[in-house]
This record gives sequence, structure tokens and C-alpha cells, in this order.
Amino acid sequence: MEEQKAQIKQYVSRFFRKHELQDDENMFELGIVNSLFAMQLVTYVESMIGITLEPHELDMNNFHSINAIMKLIESKNTLTE
Amino acid sequence: MEPSNAKKPVRRRNSKIKCLVWDLDNTLWEGVLLEDIQVKVKEGVVKIIQELDRRGILQSIASKNDYSVAIAKLDEFGLSEYFLVPQINWNSKSSSIQLIQQSLNIGLDTFAFIDDQPFEREEVAYMLSDVLCLDADQLEQLLNLPELMPDYVTEDSRQRRMMYQSDFQRKQAEEQFQGPQEEFLATLGMVIRISPAHSEDLHRAEELTLRTNQLNTTGYTYSLEQLETLSRSDRHKLLVASLEDKYGTYGTIGLSLVELGEEAWRLKLLLMSCRVMSRGVGSIMLQHLLLSAKQAGSRFQAEFVSNDRNRMMYITLKFAGFYEVSSMDETGVLLENDLSQVGGFPKYIDVQVMD
Repeated sequence: MEEQKAQIKQYVSRFFRKHELQDDENMFELGIVNSLFAMQLVTYVESMIGITLEPHELDMNNFHSINAIMKLIESKNTLTE
Repeated sequence: MEPSNAKKPVRRRNSKIKCLVWDLDNTLWEGVLLEDIQVKVKEGVVKIIQELDRRGILQSIASKNDYSVAIAKLDEFGLSEYFLVPQINWNSKSSSIQLIQQSLNIGLDTFAFIDDQPFEREEVAYMLSDVLCLDADQLEQLLNLPELMPDYVTEDSRQRRMMYQSDFQRKQAEEQFQGPQEEFLATLGMVIRISPAHSEDLHRAEELTLRTNQLNTTGYTYSLEQLETLSRSDRHKLLVASLEDKYGTYGTIGLSLVELGEEAWRLKLLLMSCRVMSRGVGSIMLQHLLLSAKQAGSRFQAEFVSNDRNRMMYITLKFAGFYEVSSMDETGVLLENDLSQVGGFPKYIDVQVMD
């Protein structure tokens, strides 16, 4: 879990090079939400957990911060365990 | 003439190119594949590829395209076997080249990249200054470039590509995404103009509805006459977006249609050209519409019809704060935005709204 979090952080940090993103910081409020970024983020998380997310899971609230993404991943992990 | 007057490439040292990375649209073939499935391979390209292969120069691809469609096209031309770890995706070309470099494990200064678009060459040159960037204009002279003439051509050279290939069959590189940096986008001086569609825009608007599959929320198509009527209707907003940057104009690359209903405004169509996917055009149009609805004190709904390839637009809507309210049929859903979080525009782009 910690390893996944580190991966996510590293991944996301590429988009915010000049800004050290805090775990609970809302990255969509930093002004970089374009379709491509959203798609890349979703695809990255999906490839990481090996699951295609359901439409209702494709929600800003599940992706707006590192903590939110980790919560989503945890919920998926619990389901598959 | 003094040698200093000669136009020289910036990077100069006696370095031979070991890998040439190709762009596809308007470089390897004429046209844009996502807009025209009948693209034709450029004259002489097959010969060039075969000759470079014979010389032992590895070749790869960095193209913004749909992977399976582009590979099928290369298969059709009998060319796909020549390319190692082709990067056909929506990432920046610099990140694609870096991935190729990591897979091949040869120095970046032995890479050349050929592309017709100044934007892409500049992006690569900016991020990877060691890579030799070539304009697709130079295609005809390619085989005569000293950098592409190895000192020796051996049996090994001829086998080189195949050796890499057998290696790769074991490990297909996992896709790794990296968008162009915001700071790079800021250097482009992008200006987006959003305006009501006028009669001179309608042909392009029609064309966009027909050709755009991926970055299209519903895929509804309208005839020229219908668009004409809609553009004059006061119960509709038919908007076009155009984009330009320091290299020139991209033309009209976005379209949206909103029905101004009594109960709510309803987004019937939002689309943008795949050429500008990484520039945030769709989100900007969306933000503009949300803001207009909010100012008009109206609710805002959006239709979405899935076509298996437009998931990015679903995510765009969801990440702009839309939530599903009902399904329309098997593939269609109705979403609504409560307008509580209508955000601003990205800083790296100048948004001009015309009335």
C-alpha cells in the first residue's frame, strides 16, 4: 500500500514540478485539469490496480488528491482480496 | 563565405544516428489517420525505411494516434515489422522518445526525430536537446544525411532490428504516461477564441461532427442546413473554438451545441479535434458554458453517448463536476452539473470570448 502511494505520488508529481503536492491537497484546484491529464491519471490508476473502473467511480472526488486516489485503490483491493 | 554564416544544426559532433523516430500523420503518410482512414504512404517512404533498416539504423514511432488503428494501417503498408517499440499514444513526443531510448538503451544523442509539426519538434528539442530533430520536408534528402550513413554496414547491422525484436517479444513495455509540462505549454503563447458559429464556420463545424469520434460527447451529426438553423436559433448556442499559438493558427478545433431549454440548458454536443487534445480546449469550452449558465441562472445538463472510444470525454465531464442523473437509452446518459464549482481557465492559455 505504501509502495502504491509512493508510485502515485511520483506519477502525479510530474505534473506539478514546481509544487510539492501534499497528500490531501486538491490538485484540481491548482488549475491543470484538462481532458488529457484526467485521462492519463485514470489510466495510470487503472493499470496500477489492473481493473477498469466503473463509470460511477470515475468521479472527481475519487481523484482530486493523493489520499482520495489511495482510498479508491483501497476500496478496490478489499473487493478483490 | 565564412563558415559561421552557414546554417548549422545546433548539435554538432561526429555522432551517427542509431535510431530514427518517425511521426506518422503528414510525415510517414499523407493526411491525418483519425480524420481519414484512407491515408496514403508518402512517396519514397517505403524505400527509405527499408534502406535505413539495411544500414542497421533502428526505427521507431512517436505518434499521437489510436494505437490499434495506426498499427493496422502500418500492417496494411507492410511496414510495421520495421519499427521497434512504437509509441502510439497521447503522451508528449519527448516522453515517447525517452521510453524508446530506455527500451533500446542507446544514447539520446544517437536519436533523430522526424515530424512535420514545428510544435512537436520544438517540444522534443526543448525537453531532449540531444535529439536531432528533422522536418518532414527533409524526407527526400534523408538517405543522404551524413548522420544516417554508418561507417560500416555489416551482417550484424542487417540483423540488428531482428535481434532487438526477439528481445522485446518477452517484455512489452508497460505504458507510462507523461503529459507535456505546464511550463512548456506556457512558452507557446496559446490563445483560444470562443465565438458563436457564423455561416463561414458551418462547413468546418459539419466536418468536425463527422470526423471526430474520440473527443466527442455524443457523436450527434448535423447537416449544414441544420447547423445553419441552429446558428440562428435563439433557443440554441452553437459555439466554435479556434486556437493559435506562436507558430500560427490551428484553425477551428472545437464545437459545442447547447439547447437553451426552459428547465435547463442541455449540452447536446461537445467535441474537439484530436490535434489539440493536450491543450485543454474541451475543458475550457465546458468552463465557459458552465459560467454562462450560472450567470443566466439556469441549470446545466449534458448528454453523453458512449461509442467505446470517447471515454476521455466522459471523464472530462465527470471531472468537471458532472454527475449522472438518468439514462437515456442503452448507451446514453444524462448528466448534470450543480454549478457550485465553476472554475477558472488554465494560466498558460489566453481565453477570448466573443459575442
